[in-house]
Amino acid sequence: MSESARTPGEKADFKRELTEVIPHLRAFARGLCGRPDMADDLVQEAMMKAWAAQDRFEPGTSMRAWTFVILRNAYLTDMRRNRFRGEYDENVAERILTAPAGQEEPIHLADLHRALLTLPPERREALLLVGAGGFSYEEAASICGCAVGTIKSRVGRARATLSSMMEDGNIPRRSTEDASAHRAILQELDMVAGGNGLASKTR
Amino acid sequence: MKSDKKKGAKDISESGKVNPKQPASHAGHHVGQKPEWANGLRRLYDSVVEEPLPDSFKALLSRLDDKSR
Repeated sequence: MSESARTPGEKADFKRELTEVIPHLRAFARGLCGRPDMADDLVQEAMMKAWAAQDRFEPGTSMRAWTFVILRNAYLTDMRRNRFRGEYDENVAERILTAPAGQEEPIHLADLHRALLTLPPERREALLLVGAGGFSYEEAASICGCAVGTIKSRVGRARATLSSMMEDGNIPRRSTEDASAHRAILQELDMVAGGNGLASKTR
Repeated sequence: MKSDKKKGAKDISESGKVNPKQPASHAGHHVGQKPEWANGLRRLYDSVVEEPLPDSFKALLSRLDDKSR
């Protein structure tokens, strides 16, 4: 209430910046949860939360990092409500994720995405932030609300797991196998959501 | 006679890129030396970033203005 209200100009700036990061939010969300439609729902949820909380955004700081925190929290909340049941549709993924026609990839992107989805969520998000989103370890640590060393270790472990999966070709094929992976993910999430990380944007 | 298998079996990745099966570098993955799929991770991300924005997002953006009382 007594917060400094935003001027119309600031609101316009906020909206422009928010609009600019939508593609990145979609990419991050799709990496977090396998289903493109659910990922987009998640992004819209995050956008509305970001809009409602815009007074807390410090102009001049990274909109992408700020909204990623919101997206991440929305994802964790939804995961705990069991909204994403690991319904990973291979055909959809295949269609969405493969490179444009004519560009054969040495590594099948759908395989990589599937492998990515089997990682524990903290490692997956750490790898997404650093390895795909191009955030520094420091930025990723701030987004996840944990120490830089923790992020480095999560990225390292995620890379090691993915490397061995990709090299051995040992990637879960069917959603039945994903189910067990997903149960493990949910268990880990309870730990994550229980205390660490989450919403600890206190600085 | 069934002399099938004449073609099509082997022409994978003629782009000259490294095949993931090849043991290019089993050594530890440093920050500087990324595994081969690292580029794929980036591509996964970028492929979504480059998608045209669905209309539902434009609709949401215009609704945001209405809500800002």
